[in-house]
Amino acid sequence: MTGNELASDQPEVFEFSEENQKLIEGIIAKYPEGRQASAVIPLLDIAQRQHENWLPKVAIEKVAEILDMAPIRVLEVATFYTMFNLKPVGRHFLQVCKTTPCWLRGSDNVLKCISDKLGISNGETSSDGLFTLLEVECLGACVNAPIIQINDDFYEDLDYETTSMLLDNLRNGETTKPGSVIGRNQSENIDGATTLTSLKETDGVVPAFSKTIDSK
Amino acid sequence: MPKVIVDGIEVEVPEGSTVLQACEAAGKEIPRFCYHDRLSIAGNCRMCLVEVSPGPPKPQASCALPAMDNQEIKTNSEMVVSARKGVMEFLLINHPLDCPICDQGGECDLQDQAMGYGNDATRYLEQKRAVTSKEMGPLIKTIMTRCIHCTRCVRFSTEVAGVTDMGALGRGESMEITTYLEKALESELSGNVIDLCPVGALTSKPYSFVSRPWELKKTETIDVMDAIGSNIRVDTRGGEVLRVLPRVNEDINEEWISDKARFACDGLKRQRLDKPFVRKDGKLVPASWDEALSVVADKMKQISPEAIAVLVGDQCEAESMFALKCLAEKLGIENIDCRQDGAKINADSRASYLFNSRIAGIEDADAALLIGTNPRWEAPVLNARIRKRWLETRLPIALIGEEYDLTYDVDYLGNSALLLKQILQGQHSFSKVLAEAKRPMLIVGMNALTRADGDVVLGLCRRIAEQFDLIIEDDNESWNGFNVLHTAASRVAGLDMKFVPKDRARYLEDILDDASNGIIEMVYLMAADEIDMSRLGKAFVVYQGHHGDAGAHRADVILPGAAYTEKDGLYVNTEGRPQFAVRAVFPPGDAREDWRIVRALSDVVGSALEFDTHEELHHSLSKAYKIFENIEVVQSSVVTDFGREGDVEQAPFDRGIKDFYMTDPISRASKVMAECSEVFGNTKNA
Repeated sequence: MTGNELASDQPEVFEFSEENQKLIEGIIAKYPEGRQASAVIPLLDIAQRQHENWLPKVAIEKVAEILDMAPIRVLEVATFYTMFNLKPVGRHFLQVCKTTPCWLRGSDNVLKCISDKLGISNGETSSDGLFTLLEVECLGACVNAPIIQINDDFYEDLDYETTSMLLDNLRNGETTKPGSVIGRNQSENIDGATTLTSLKETDGVVPAFSKTIDSK
Repeated sequence: MPKVIVDGIEVEVPEGSTVLQACEAAGKEIPRFCYHDRLSIAGNCRMCLVEVSPGPPKPQASCALPAMDNQEIKTNSEMVVSARKGVMEFLLINHPLDCPICDQGGECDLQDQAMGYGNDATRYLEQKRAVTSKEMGPLIKTIMTRCIHCTRCVRFSTEVAGVTDMGALGRGESMEITTYLEKALESELSGNVIDLCPVGALTSKPYSFVSRPWELKKTETIDVMDAIGSNIRVDTRGGEVLRVLPRVNEDINEEWISDKARFACDGLKRQRLDKPFVRKDGKLVPASWDEALSVVADKMKQISPEAIAVLVGDQCEAESMFALKCLAEKLGIENIDCRQDGAKINADSRASYLFNSRIAGIEDADAALLIGTNPRWEAPVLNARIRKRWLETRLPIALIGEEYDLTYDVDYLGNSALLLKQILQGQHSFSKVLAEAKRPMLIVGMNALTRADGDVVLGLCRRIAEQFDLIIEDDNESWNGFNVLHTAASRVAGLDMKFVPKDRARYLEDILDDASNGIIEMVYLMAADEIDMSRLGKAFVVYQGHHGDAGAHRADVILPGAAYTEKDGLYVNTEGRPQFAVRAVFPPGDAREDWRIVRALSDVVGSALEFDTHEELHHSLSKAYKIFENIEVVQSSVVTDFGREGDVEQAPFDRGIKDFYMTDPISRASKVMAECSEVFGNTKNA
C-alpha cells in the first residue's frame, strides 16, 4: 500500500462539464503552444472537483488526451501530490497536519478525537461515508497549529473539544466558520497585537490590524 | 572550447560538455547510476559528486554541471570521497542485501561501487522498504525492492524506444517505477532496459537464475535477426548459448539490440536438426552422412543442371553461400537465387541494393521518404536512429505503404506506388519538401520490391533520387540518400557475390513456376524456409539447415547445418559493411558447419572444390569479390542506371512482416518469442 494504486471500482466514462470545459480552455490558453502539458495540475484539480473529490482512471486518461500527454505522465503527477485522491473519499476530507509545529501543539489530540468519534485512522473512511482521514505534512499554517484542512477550508487552533464540536457540526450539516476556532484574528498573537499598536487605519495600515487596535 | 583542470590535468572539452564528460576526458572515472551517455540528464542519484571551484563550497553533481573555462575540478578530494560515501549509504538504506540470489550479482553497478564507497556495516536499524514487483511482460523480470530510482528505464522507454509507458509513481519513500496499469512494455527494444538498470531491479526473465557472469564464455559476434548486423556478445556455458547482449558500435547499433536479437537464442536449442535424414517410403529416417551425401550426389548427377535450382536463406554466412555458388558453377547450375522473398533487386549495380547513406548517416538527413517499409519491425535499432534524428530536428518524414506507429510523427501519404510517380513529377506536396531539403533520403523496403513490379518501383525510386538531388557528389559534399532496407542478414553478401540466376531477368517467381511445372526437378535449399514450399511441385528437395522448419518438412534429404552462433563467417549488412561473426559453440550432434557440408558434397559429386580450410575459402572469396577483403569497411558505390521502366500497379504495398517475433527458423523455434507473440501479438499497431 503506497497510495499509488488506482481504486478498484472505476466508472466507465468521464466527461468534463460544459462549464469546466470553458474553464479548461482558458487555462490551456495561458501556456505557449506545445507547452499545454503545463496545465496538468489545474486540469486534474478541476476533474477531481467535478468527480466527488477523487480521480478515476478515466479522468486521468481524459486529462492526458486533452493535453496530448501519455497517461503515465499524468498518473505520475496525480500520485506525486497528496492533494489528488485516487480513491473515493468521504464528503468531508479531513487532512490533519502532523508536522512538528502542529505535533508540538497537540495534533495527537486532534487525531485521537477523530479516532474516538469516527472510529477511523489514517487513510480510512467512516462507515457512513461522510469522513475520510488523511495525515499530511505541513499545511503551511504553523502559527495557528494544530490545524485540519477540510476540503478547501482550514480550521485552526484545535484541541480535543473543538475538534469534537467541528465534527458534530459537519455531521449535522451545520457550518463552522473557517479559520481559527478560538476567535484568533488571522495569525496574530493569541492575546491580541503586541506590536505596531499605535497604528490606526488612517495611518494606512491594513484593516485587520486596525480592527484589533480599535477594539482594544 | 572550455579548458578545465581535473585533478591537476588540463583538458580542453567541446562546448556544451558537462563536468562529468570533462573528467572522463582527463581519464578520471566518475561513479554514476542515473547518468547515461545516450539518455537525457536526470541528476537524481547524486553519485557523481565532485568538488568544483569557482562555485559553492560543497560537492556538486558533475553530470548536470556545465564545464566552464578555468574550472578546477577535484574528483578524489576528501570532501568528494566522503560525500559519495554518504550518497552510497543513503542508497543502501533501502536496498536489500540479496546479492547472493540476485541475477545482477557480478555485473552490478551498485555492487561494484559499494566496494569503493560503501561502509562495511549499516547504521540503520529500521525496517527496509519493500516494493511489490511489477508485471512487465514475458521479457523483463522485476524485483522492484532493489530499485534505486535512477529512472534510466523511464528515460530509455520515453526517449529511445518512443513508448511512453514507464514512469515513476508517488514520491519520497513511496516512489515506485512501473508501467501504466502494469502492462508489458510494448517496444521491440524493451530488453535494453535490462542492460541499463544499474541494479537488479530489471533483469532478464528468460535468463533468470540461469548462470553467473563469471561462468560464461563470451564471444563477440554479429546478429542475424535483421539486416543491420548489430554487434552482439554471445554468452555461452558448455555447449549452450545462454544469452545475447549488445556490443557498442557507433556506426550500427550504438549500444542497443532488438528483443528478437536478444531473446530468440533459446530457439537455438529447440527443433534442431542434429543428424542427416533421408526420406524413405514417404518418411524421413535418420541416415549417415555418407548415405545422405551420396543420395544427393546421385540425384545431382542424374538430373541435368538446367533442372536444378539452388536457393539460400536469410541467415547464411557469405562463405557457405560462396562455396555453394562455386559448386553450382562447377556443375553448370544457373538457377541460383539468394532472394528467397522474391525481391526484384538486380545484383549488377551495388548502389541499387545498399543503404547508401549508412545507418549513422540518418543523423545527417533533413527529410526522409519511407517506401513500403516498416523499420520499427524490420530493423528496430535503425528505427530508433530515425527517431533520434526526429527528436533532434523534427525532420519531415513521409510514409508510403501500410500505416504503422513508427514512434515518430509521419506524414502518411497513402499506400500506392502511383504516389511515387506523382512525387517524381513534382505534383505531390512532398516533392517540395524533398526539393528544399539539403540532405534528403529515401528508404525503400522489401514490401515495395517483392511485388511483381518491384523493379519498376526500384527504378522510380532511383529517378526520385536523381530528380531531387538525393545523391550529391562534389568536392565539399558526398551524400547518397538512396537507401534499401533489407530484412535478411545474408542478402547483401548474396547479391555482392551475384548469387542470382545468370539470366538477370529471372527471379524467384520464375524458378518456383518452373518447379511447380516440373521443369525444375531438384531444389537445393540452404536454410531457405520462407518460400512457399507447396510451389516446389514434385521436385526432389535437399534441405541443408539448422532447424526443423518449413524446408525440412518438405525435404527429401536433410543435411544438418550450423546456426549463426555455431560457425565463423562473414555477414554484409544492409549498408554493405562486411563483419566477421565468430563461432561461440559447436553445432549439435552430427550437424556441421555449412561450408564443410558443401565441400564434402563436392567430393561425392566428383567436382571437388579447391579449398580445405576456412582461411582458404575466405581467401578465394575475397579474391573473387573484392568487397569481402576489408572487414568492417563500407566501400562506397557508384550509382548507375538500375530498375526497370514501366507502369506500376495500383495495388497497395504488402504488410511485409506479419509478426515481429517470428520471422525466421530460430525465432519460430523460440519459446520466449512465442510468448511475446502471444502477449503483444497482432494487437500492436506497428
